[in-house]
Formats: sequence, C-alpha cells, structure tokens
Amino acid sequence: MVVQFLDLKEGLLIAFGAIRANKMRSILTALGIFIGILSVTLMGTAIEGLDRAFNKSISAIGADVLYVQKWPWGGGQDWWKIRNRKDIRIEHARAIERSADLVNGVSPIIGTARNVKFGRKVMENAIIVGTDEEFTTTSNVNVTLGRFMTNLEVSGGRPICVLGSEIAEGLFPSETPLGKTIKVGGYPYRVVGVLEKQGSFLGLQSLDNRVYVPINRFFKEFRSFRGGIEVWVKAASIELVPEAKEEIRGIMRKARGLSPKAEDDFAINQQEILVQTFNSFGVMIAGFGLFITGLSLFVGGIGIMNIMFVSVTERTREIGIRMAIGAPRRTILAQFLIEAGALSLIGGVIGVAIAFPLTLVIDQVLPTAMPLNIVFIALLVSVAVGVISGFLPAYRASRLDPVEALRYE
Amino acid sequence: MSTMIRLQNITKVYQMGEEQVHALRGVSVEIQRNEYVAIMGPSGSGKSTLMNIIGCLDTPTAGLYELNGTNVSEMNDNDLAKVRNKEIGFVFQTFNLLARSDVLHNVELPLIYGGVSSHERKRQAKESIARVGLTDRSHHKPNELSGGQRQRVAIARALVTRPSILLADEPTGNLDSKTGEEIMGLFDILHQEGNTIILVTHEEDIAAHAHRAIRIRDGHIERDELVTNRRVIQQAVHLSA
Ligand SMILES: Nc1ncnc2c1ncn2[C@@H]1O[C@H](COP(=O)(O)OP(=O)(O)OP(=O)(O)O)[C@@H](O)[C@H]1O
Ligand SMILES: [Mg+2]
Repeated sequence: MVVQFLDLKEGLLIAFGAIRANKMRSILTALGIFIGILSVTLMGTAIEGLDRAFNKSISAIGADVLYVQKWPWGGGQDWWKIRNRKDIRIEHARAIERSADLVNGVSPIIGTARNVKFGRKVMENAIIVGTDEEFTTTSNVNVTLGRFMTNLEVSGGRPICVLGSEIAEGLFPSETPLGKTIKVGGYPYRVVGVLEKQGSFLGLQSLDNRVYVPINRFFKEFRSFRGGIEVWVKAASIELVPEAKEEIRGIMRKARGLSPKAEDDFAINQQEILVQTFNSFGVMIAGFGLFITGLSLFVGGIGIMNIMFVSVTERTREIGIRMAIGAPRRTILAQFLIEAGALSLIGGVIGVAIAFPLTLVIDQVLPTAMPLNIVFIALLVSVAVGVISGFLPAYRASRLDPVEALRYE
Repeated sequence: MSTMIRLQNITKVYQMGEEQVHALRGVSVEIQRNEYVAIMGPSGSGKSTLMNIIGCLDTPTAGLYELNGTNVSEMNDNDLAKVRNKEIGFVFQTFNLLARSDVLHNVELPLIYGGVSSHERKRQAKESIARVGLTDRSHHKPNELSGGQRQRVAIARALVTRPSILLADEPTGNLDSKTGEEIMGLFDILHQEGNTIILVTHEEDIAAHAHRAIRIRDGHIERDELVTNRRVIQQAVHLSA
C-alpha cells in the first residue's frame, strides 16, 4: 500500500518533471486531447440543453398528458357503439384524482361556446371552459396577470373567470381586466387573471380564445353536471406515461363498474407520435456527437501514444538507471502510465476551461448550463484516454532489459 | 569469514543472429564478506558481463549464483529488482545519474523504490551524501558538478541502502588520474569500514588498492591471486568538495 502510494507520488513528480522538460512538445500533444475534451463538454452541454428544450416542448405540446375521453383519436372503431357509451363524468375525474399515484395533476374539462361581453364590447362564440385549479399543471400554461382559480372557488362554484389572452385584448384594449365583471353567456363573472399568450401551435386551434371558469359554476349555468366531460391527466414524468396510462385505465374500469371481460368503454388518448419523433431526433444528435467526440479522442490518443514512444526511447537510459537501483517493472509501467494520463489530463483541463465560455454562447441559443458531472466525466475521460494510449509505450518501457537500457546512447 | 558470493560454473551466451558469443565460459569463484576484489582483463574478456550477473542486472545462461546464501540464479524479475535495491550498490563508469534531479534526489532514489518514508529517506540520503563529502552540493544538478563529484554522488547513491556489496565497473574510467585516486581513496575508506567491494579496472594502479585480483581472459578466470604490493591510502583522503 505504502509502496503503491509512493509509486503514485513519485510517478506524478517524474511525470510533471518530464512534461516541464519538454514544454512545447507536451502542450502540442495535450492539444490533441483538448479538442476531444472540448467536444465531450460541448456535446454534453448541448445534449443537456436539447433535453431541457425537449422536455419543455413535450410539456407544451402535452405529450406527457393523457386525455380521458369518450372518443378515441384517429377513429377506426364502430361509430354507433362509441356513440352509445356512457359519458365521462365529474366523479371519474375525482376517482382518478383520489387513487392515481403516477400523476402530477388531474383536471376535468368541459366546454361550450358563448358570447362574452364587457360594456359595449363583445367577443362572439368564445369557448367557455369549465375546469379546476389544476388546469395550469395539466395544460402547462402560465398566468401573466393576476392568478388562476383556487380550489375554494372551484368547490364553491364562485362566479369568477380567467381570460385567454385574445379575449383579454378584445375586451380590455386599454385597461386592466383584473377585478372587472364581464358577462359570459349573460351571467356575470369577475375577472381574476389572464393567461399567457399561447399562439396556435402547428395549426391547432387557438387556446387564447377562451374563458376559464370553475367547473361547478359551469354546471350551474351552462350545462347539467350529468353531462359528459373529459379528464386531462399529466403523468409524473414522460417516462412514466405508459405506467400512468395503465393505472388510470384500472381506476376508470373500476369507477365505471366494468366486468373483467368487458371492453373499455372510454378512451385514453395521447400525443404518441410526437414523442417518438423527438426521441429519435435526440438519439440522432447524440449519436453524431458521440461519433465526432470519439474520433477526436482517438486522434488525440494516437498523438499521446506517439509522443510516449518518443519519450520512452529518449529516456531508455533513465529507465535502465531506475531498474539498476531497484525499480520493479510494474513501477516503470506505472510511471509512464501516470505520465501519459497527466499529459492527457492537461489537455482535458484546457478543454474544459475553454468549453466553459463557449457553453455560455450556446446558452444564448439553447438555454443550458455546463453540468458539473460533465466536467468530471470530461476529466475522467481525458485521463482514461491518456492511460489507454500510454499503455503500449509504458509496457515497452517496463520490458526493457536493464543492461541494454544502461548501454543505450 | 562468511561467503558473500558463490559462483559455480557460470556461463553467459549471447545469441547474435546465427552466431553465438560466449561471454563467460564457466566461471567459478567465491568472495567473502569484506573482501576488496579487483577484476581485470583485456577488453571484451567478459568483465562487465560478470559484474552484471553479480549485480543481478543480468542472469547467467547456466550455472549457480548464491548471494548471501540465497540462490539468485533462479529468481524472477521482481525479486531480482528487490535484491538490486536492498543488497547491491552499483557504481558505473559513466556515473548514470538522473540529469534532471538534484544530488539529494538522486541519492534518495533507491530508498524511494525501497518504500522508505519521506522523512527517513531524507535523513539517510543526507547522511550518505555527507560520507562522500558533498553536503554543500546537495541541491546541485549533475551537470553542475565535476566528474569526480558526480562519481561521488553515484557512490553515495550506491551506499544509501547499506548494501551487502558495492560493485564498481571501471569507476575511474572517465576520470583523470588525480580524481581517480581520490575516488579510490573513498573506496579504501569504505572497505576499512567493513564494506565488501568488487571493482573492474584496466589499470594496475587502481587494482593495487584491492586485496585480491581476478584476471579474466576470454570468459575464463585466468588467474586469481592476492595483491602483494597494495597501495592503500590509510589516512583520510583529501576530498576536494
Ligand atoms: N548484449 C550483448 N550481445 C552480444 N554480445 C555481447 C553483449 N554484451 C556483451 N557481449 C559480448 O560479450 C563479450 C564480453 O563483453 P563484456 O562487456 O563483458 O567485456 P568487458 O570485459 O567488460 O570489456 P571492456 O573492458 O571493453 O568493457 C564481448 O565479446 C562482447 O562483444
Ligand atoms: Mg566492460
């Protein structure tokens, strides 16, 4: 143990002595590794950024959201049979809310079209959505002004509403909508908040042309609570979507009293295709990055191997001296492995140091930050590349014949 | 007297392509503790080959070698390295110091490979450097020293592990005769202090410091005799630092 430690310490001293004695050559060799490590760090950071962007967009698109509905998307089934299915009801939403573990949020959704008025201004056929306080989670929208509805307002069926951005702009072009009372289908509602502008993504219908009201109020004024609704459920994570789907299916079957043999009489819809596209895109980018990184590290490694062969040859006599006074072969091996590792580590450190400001540039395009584990991985990789490329030269050094080595001019 | 080195019928054959070079053709010799032996002979007679085998730097093609009662001729590389480290102090004609390291580190080196702790290492190395009179040069690099001083550093390095034998292959070969005499004076003192010394030399003057001269020719021991007209520098030598 002590000897091993001495090996390492002495090895490091010798390595840095040798590197210092050949500064130019060492720096140039280290530069070979530096490009590889730069690439490791930048790729790692970029992938991290892509991952974040990916997760953000799948939330925005709703890829991690399951839609419990009467109608399956894409169709294909017997229209008449589906038509005759029992509606999805508010108590189903409550059942999922109560029993599901793999979910982040559950909101019942029901909608209808009505005119919305404030003073003399009218927005015709706005979509009135009845929902609950978890809607911001399941739909992933943010409130820009005021707040969303609260749990108390939902259960009490309070006459308050939250406006989509388009409605807010239409009714309140020059004043704040907060605190104002508008008429929704003839009933008075006090505005408590405005949602962020969503735009219409990929030509889907605009989400900005909407008014959100507590679902219990909705039932009173626009439709009976016996009517059909749908339930949006956000899975705990994108990876857990399949498990969450199974869980919800079980809860729904139980809540609707289906016998084990009966078919589902509801649909759980999701945005599958998008996830797959995104995933394969990510794999492609990562694969390309890995290839570039691997190639540059390989080239850097060859450079190290080359220079280590030169170093071993130049120092044949030194190796002979060390052997003559009792250095065992494994110590000589360790000495040159340490030297190759240290040389490569220098390249790694330079790579990480230069990558850091570059990641700040990437951050402008793709919000990200250099993860600390990438720094460790990069440094570890650089040492590993050095040790692996140094092995052959170091092994050759350790196999030298002491007498021959001492005679070397 | 106890036997330090016992060689029985040692041969060494080098394969040079088709041709075989017989460097040693059956050498048998015994050397006792605290002997002072000079090995002499013409160039190419096998002196260095013999020294390398005695110093465990090389292994014989055939024959038995016992060092301090242990059979060295069948040891593996690792054990030989240990023997070189603990039992043998080697001094070379060309000094063989590490150019980038200072005197102290050069002398410390065998202790590093011996696994001695840093503090103890420094102490022993300084003591050894003091014995060859180079304390004030401890932090000089070899290229800042004269030939004689370098050879004294090499001797300090050879002594630092308190080896059983000191081997010197033409230690004065690269020195002028005055400096050579100084080095021989140092060997004389080391011998008087109880060390066992074997040295290779071409020069009768140098060999005259030893007790016993072994003459080799063509890989054979030609003569093995006591030195009659010894020149021992009895009083402390003048070590020009
Ligand atoms: N590695 C080797 N390969 C082939 N032949 C060798 C090798 N080493 C030594 N020899 C041969 O073995 C013989 C003895 O060599 P050695 O070096 O022992 O001589 P020496 O007595 O030390 O000579 P010198 O006084 O010149 O140093 C010589 O003929 C030499 O050419
Ligand atoms: Mg010789």
